[in-house]
Amino acid sequence: MIVILAAVAALTAPPPGATACSGCHGAPGSALPSLRGKSEADILAAMTAFRTGARPATVMDRIAKGFSEDETRAIAAWLGSRK
Amino acid sequence: MIGRRTVLAGAAASAFAAPALAAAKPKVVVIGGGFAGVAAARELQRQGVAVTLVEPNPTYIACPFSNEVLVGLRELSAQSFGYDAVRRQGVAIKRASVTGVDPTAKRLTLSDGSKLNYDRAVLTPGIDINFTGLKGYDEAASEFLPHAWKAGPQTNLLRRQLEAMDDGGVVLISAPANPFRCPPGPYERASLIAWWLKTHKPRSKLIILDAKDAFSKQRLFQNGWTALYPGMVEWVGLSSGGKVIEVDAKARTLITDFGKHTGAVVNVIPPQRAGKIAQAAGAADRTEWCPIDPVSFESKLLTNIHIVGDACIAGGMPKSAFSANAQAKACATAVAALLRGQPAPPVKLINTCYSLMSPTYGISVAGVYAPANGLLTDVPNAGGTSPLDAPAAVRASEAAYAQAWFKTITAETFG
Repeated sequence: MIVILAAVAALTAPPPGATACSGCHGAPGSALPSLRGKSEADILAAMTAFRTGARPATVMDRIAKGFSEDETRAIAAWLGSRK
Repeated sequence: MIGRRTVLAGAAASAFAAPALAAAKPKVVVIGGGFAGVAAARELQRQGVAVTLVEPNPTYIACPFSNEVLVGLRELSAQSFGYDAVRRQGVAIKRASVTGVDPTAKRLTLSDGSKLNYDRAVLTPGIDINFTGLKGYDEAASEFLPHAWKAGPQTNLLRRQLEAMDDGGVVLISAPANPFRCPPGPYERASLIAWWLKTHKPRSKLIILDAKDAFSKQRLFQNGWTALYPGMVEWVGLSSGGKVIEVDAKARTLITDFGKHTGAVVNVIPPQRAGKIAQAAGAADRTEWCPIDPVSFESKLLTNIHIVGDACIAGGMPKSAFSANAQAKACATAVAALLRGQPAPPVKLINTCYSLMSPTYGISVAGVYAPANGLLTDVPNAGGTSPLDAPAAVRASEAAYAQAWFKTITAETFG
């Protein structure tokens, strides 16, 4: 039972970097876009475009470059699963 | 069938009851209710950990955007935040300060004399002004020459002095050596004061005397001063004699190795160190800051005590509200894992700092950090500052983002 609880907790624990996003991205209606309701696919596509430079940005281009594809995927999955 | 189930359930209950009671639910105490402490407490609660926040003040006065208060763009009341939402979320709040830490017994002594046990503690004491670090600048001197580096009465004092200054006066800012809270802060302050002087006291001048030869977002700031406030802002670096070695408060004079500077208004941003309780607990080293493990944020000097925010030695990460918030949430994840008997998971952190050079001219620096060689280290090829050649529209966007960031982070922390 302890093993199962630990596994559940590990599954829902935020992946590296994920909890930092909410330092800028909060409730809807801000000049900084809210991530609420964004799907995993949306977030992954945006982060990838920021990283490659395909999508221009003021700050997100600089931040997206600091995350590997796997890290970005994990963050997108975690953010996309939040309500 | 029913009987057997009952028996099994009873056996399970008795087998688990004793250790469950003995261990109870692991308890974490967070010391300090600023950007780091509140973020840590709320994230721990979110991850199912019982948490108590110990904080002596009923409201927190935020430092980011307090430079706007200095020049009348906002009031101090807009910087003040309470803890009601934190309490509503299920974080127990104890109105007291911590006067003693016993890491062996895992017990805190509080200012009301009571004791508080913990399984792990998160220490977020922020900074203390080091009133013994600069000759002539003690607490009494700060009533003449405000530091305004902890938002509150000092902020309003500096504002009143600026408002009372005659046109044509010289404003002096003394900037400290690294490390200190908010590395771009002195230069944002100089910019916003220049913006205000340009309208209200246009014959005035501002001189920054700096104990360093380089500073955060330096080229952006220097280009901006030339473009926005020509002839108004002068920066004197270390190698040009900028380091203030003594303060004569009554004469409003700053003394360097090269000479004396007297100002109509003098803002001394003094040397700083980790907050008092960190020193008292033995969590600070000879640098007077707190060394930590970059994965778990656990103190390198004390076990079961984690330190995040301005007080910790975070390697490449600046002492900023954003860093404090990001570290706190990662630390909460680590503490929750450790309490489950698991190792602290891998860590990746972000910082973003905006500075305003005018209400419509914003610049930023961002970074991504990961543990390397025992410190939080810049991830290569990521981060950096706003472009030097950005058009006015980009500066205006970043000014708007700066405002939005403050709303978001204070809502996340206190709302």
